[in-house]
Amino acid sequence: MSALPLPTRRDESWRYGDLDALARVWPVDAAERIVVSAGETFSRIIVQDAASSEVAIRHIEITIGRDATAIVHILNTGGDYGRIAVDVTLEEGAHFELGGAILGSGTQTLEIVTTVNHAHPNATSNQIVRSVLAGRATGSYLGKVMVARDAQKTDAGQSVKAMLLDRTATANAKPELEIYADDVKCAHGATVGELDKQALFYLASRGLPPPQAKALMLQAFIAGAFAKIADDAERERVETAAIAALEKLL
Amino acid sequence: MLKIDNLTNEIDGKAILKGLSLSINAGEIHAIMGPNGAGKSTLAYTLGGRPGYDVTGGTAEMDGANLLEMAPHERAAAGLFLGFQYPVEIPGVSNLQFLRESLNSQRRARAEAPLSGGEFIKLAKEKAALLGMDMEMLKRPVNVGFSGGEKKRAEMVQMGILDPKLAILDETDSGLDIDALKIVGAGINTIMRKPDRAVLLITHYQRLLDYVKPDFVHVLADGRITRTGGAELALELEREGYRELAA
Repeated sequence: MSALPLPTRRDESWRYGDLDALARVWPVDAAERIVVSAGETFSRIIVQDAASSEVAIRHIEITIGRDATAIVHILNTGGDYGRIAVDVTLEEGAHFELGGAILGSGTQTLEIVTTVNHAHPNATSNQIVRSVLAGRATGSYLGKVMVARDAQKTDAGQSVKAMLLDRTATANAKPELEIYADDVKCAHGATVGELDKQALFYLASRGLPPPQAKALMLQAFIAGAFAKIADDAERERVETAAIAALEKLL
Repeated sequence: MLKIDNLTNEIDGKAILKGLSLSINAGEIHAIMGPNGAGKSTLAYTLGGRPGYDVTGGTAEMDGANLLEMAPHERAAAGLFLGFQYPVEIPGVSNLQFLRESLNSQRRARAEAPLSGGEFIKLAKEKAALLGMDMEMLKRPVNVGFSGGEKKRAEMVQMGILDPKLAILDETDSGLDIDALKIVGAGINTIMRKPDRAVLLITHYQRLLDYVKPDFVHVLADGRITRTGGAELALELEREGYRELAA
């Protein structure tokens, strides 16, 4: 295996990365390859909760066959630098669903980087990412959607929302579209905000101490990221892990 | 129960309350009436501890404890309830979850055992029924999609569940139709008309006072109480307007 050069910030998908941290673990493992056969459903839940000094880099490539579905949920909260990259190629009529939460504090850099390639007609994709960032943390979502020339009737959605608990935290949201077909729907929305002070006072006036009031609002904020985990026990496990991670931010 | 003495405050550098004094004993219902901009809502928010409503002078005590030193959630645990003129919508947070956590936070602060899920649901059902509110509404996110009247009714359900010692109700009657006004009025009486409870009603109009009979009526004008009387004062205000009486 020849030595791969370390990525640089000129490389678009690494522009917000923590390259010094990356250098500590370089070269990283090659991408895990997953092929979902025609008509099948694949689901994967990734909970990245590495110890605080670690660097966690994950890369998955998924090819979703004809009329097949892949559902990926990500809780990205551990490590100095945690990056989860998902590259998806959709066959005709396939569906890709991503629900992700980035919960960071301190000086963490956490990223979800996706490339969704609508290579064939009638495929759909939906990505929901919610970030909550405290301290000097940086949370980034870079999501590229490509629609090939003959991939008509593509329906691709991206919803990216970030909540900053401190003015020193950073959220990057970069939905990116590259469309060559002319009969497609590609919705994308990105917001960055802070907790509603009026709502916090309302909750406090009923007896909730500020950390609990914030936790309640943040739970509601990230709930959409995990709503589509079909298995109740699995969903509860991820939500519990997310709530524990949220409490560490407060 | 509540003793306010010479209270002054400023919002964005502008004096609003200018030496307000008021005493409320257990078992009493007081109404504060007054023209727009007199400082009625400011008084409510100041007593509730809303950030930005900084006190510049005077005192406010509840049962002898300095209210002004407490954080908003501590005031709630001490038995203060603030009914909002404009209840806040909180998407994604269910009424039941929010109220159970609120009540149990208050109980823990008072060294009382928290209510179990079952006990809480029973309590919530009872109070919702009292205010004629469907339990399904309490499963929905806090105030989201509620009409003006439903929000005010939900405030009273919250008050019933939290069972405060002192309720400060800021224009709880606004946005209510006559039927809802009767229900809310009856709710206030059932929940708060007790020897160890007290209510401060803030209102523009006399009509709520037809259902919740106040022991004292005060006129608040230009940041001070300018007149105090019995229930008949509200009727007089309704007839004469504030201009004559506030002076």
